[in-house]
Amino acid sequence: MTTCLLKTRGLTKHFGGLVAVEGVDFELQQGQVRALIGPNGAGKTTLVGMISGRISPTSGMVEFDGQNVTRLPAHKRIMAGMAYTFQITSVFVNLSAGENVALAARRRLNGTEADKAVRKSLDRLGLLDRIDQEAGELSYGHQRLLEIAMGLVQNPRLLILDEPTQGLSDGEIADFKLLVRELAGETTVLLIEHNMSVVMETADEVTVLNFGEVLAEGTPLAIREDQTVQSAYLGTS
Amino acid sequence: MSDQAKIIALHGGLILLLFALQFVLPAYHHGNLARIMVLASYAIGYNILFGYTGLLSLGHALFFAAGMYGMALSIHHLEWAPAPALLAGLVAGILVSGTLALLALRTTGVAFMIVTLMFAQAGYLTVLYFGEYTRGDEGFVIQQAQRMLWGVDLSDPVNRYFAAWGLLTVCFLAALWLVRHPFGRTLIAIRENEERVRMLGYNTFAHKLTAMMISGTIAAAAGAFYGLLFGYAGASFATVQYSIFPLLWVLLGGAGTVLGPFIGTLFMFYLIDLSSGITTAYMLIAGVALVALTLFAPQGLVGELRRRFWGWLP
Repeated sequence: MTTCLLKTRGLTKHFGGLVAVEGVDFELQQGQVRALIGPNGAGKTTLVGMISGRISPTSGMVEFDGQNVTRLPAHKRIMAGMAYTFQITSVFVNLSAGENVALAARRRLNGTEADKAVRKSLDRLGLLDRIDQEAGELSYGHQRLLEIAMGLVQNPRLLILDEPTQGLSDGEIADFKLLVRELAGETTVLLIEHNMSVVMETADEVTVLNFGEVLAEGTPLAIREDQTVQSAYLGTS
Repeated sequence: MSDQAKIIALHGGLILLLFALQFVLPAYHHGNLARIMVLASYAIGYNILFGYTGLLSLGHALFFAAGMYGMALSIHHLEWAPAPALLAGLVAGILVSGTLALLALRTTGVAFMIVTLMFAQAGYLTVLYFGEYTRGDEGFVIQQAQRMLWGVDLSDPVNRYFAAWGLLTVCFLAALWLVRHPFGRTLIAIRENEERVRMLGYNTFAHKLTAMMISGTIAAAAGAFYGLLFGYAGASFATVQYSIFPLLWVLLGGAGTVLGPFIGTLFMFYLIDLSSGITTAYMLIAGVALVALTLFAPQGLVGELRRRFWGWLP
């Protein structure tokens, strides 16, 4: 039997009068790659924001690894094994690519061990030859990959990727798909994604959000066939 | 030469040069440099918070004065020897900076500037309020007999120079070590993008708190030494002017560089010194020079040096 790594119950966020996320019950099994999809403004980023602790929920509960983490500040959730990569590229532009990843690595490693992990992680994303380059000088696609390298180097139990393929070239997207499939055996991945080919080829299961609520959940194939999902996306009824 | 060797050669070279200058400088500049070295230590402390952590405080005079009065009052009223009195100054700095950090770090940006400014102003008024003990604006002199540190007379120019040099060396090396240590590198990352650092699992509040306490304690050490070496403590050191000075020195020398605070203090001191020899409107000359520097070297003297030639400068 697989164990549940992440669980939310009735998770809700209101911004003033605006309902961003409403009563989301969500479960993620260990080792799974889960894609979170939905139209713009469906509340995907707000939902993972509440899971990672960036945003405090209006009501509801988040459980990580059997522990209630709803009241835990973000940095403690990260230390407990979550890793979060930003939707809007948020690398340290004035620091070298290596230092960017090292900052992420130093939470759990130090000295030469951290160095080794940094090189390994950069190598995995094909950025090793850019280790000394300032992150701000990297191309947009490379900055996205650097974000992922910063997530990977933390060796997380749950890796949250917020639209990682946005702005990547076709070749980079193909490499990214391979990478996620490799990760599937090592860790649990929660992936917000707009690119349907990435969702179809990498995810074990898909959760669809619409107007802050879970609209459907299932395998990529089932989701693709689902009438309600199609109408949510296409705006027909 | 590796970057590491260059860094050691440059910074070590400056320390040795300042040591050697003691034997060749004429009396006037000798006295000036002693003063500059103590004030530069103050600027080094300020730079930890402003240049490396990215927090602009307008209240560092509070820490400088806490160190100065912690030292001076325990000599004046408790008749302590200089060594424990200096220690009292340091402890005062730790307590005051820790307390202010807990309160002020609840805010960010402009609010942080205002809160630090207001608390420093409250500190200044406190010094005036207890004029019975502090002698307020007038201040009080620390007698030569009270300035014997382990049998060494600190009112003697040579000893004073060495004491100032010792303080600067310790602060300088501490800063150099800190900013290359993982903790210091995390501070730099907080300056660059605090939210990202938090989402990498760092308790950024605790980091900023520690940075502010280190910064305030160095400022307090400088204040305590200043009072002891030059034999005077007065409320003018708690005024807003003394909060602005380190900001200017650091900006001119180069925020976020280890050398910058010293270079900036040296530059500004002699800029005012030389221009006041030419005209009574010396602040005008100083002002024009500052504007020109801000226009053409917005990153400060050392910052500009790093940008153009020495990318490896810490």
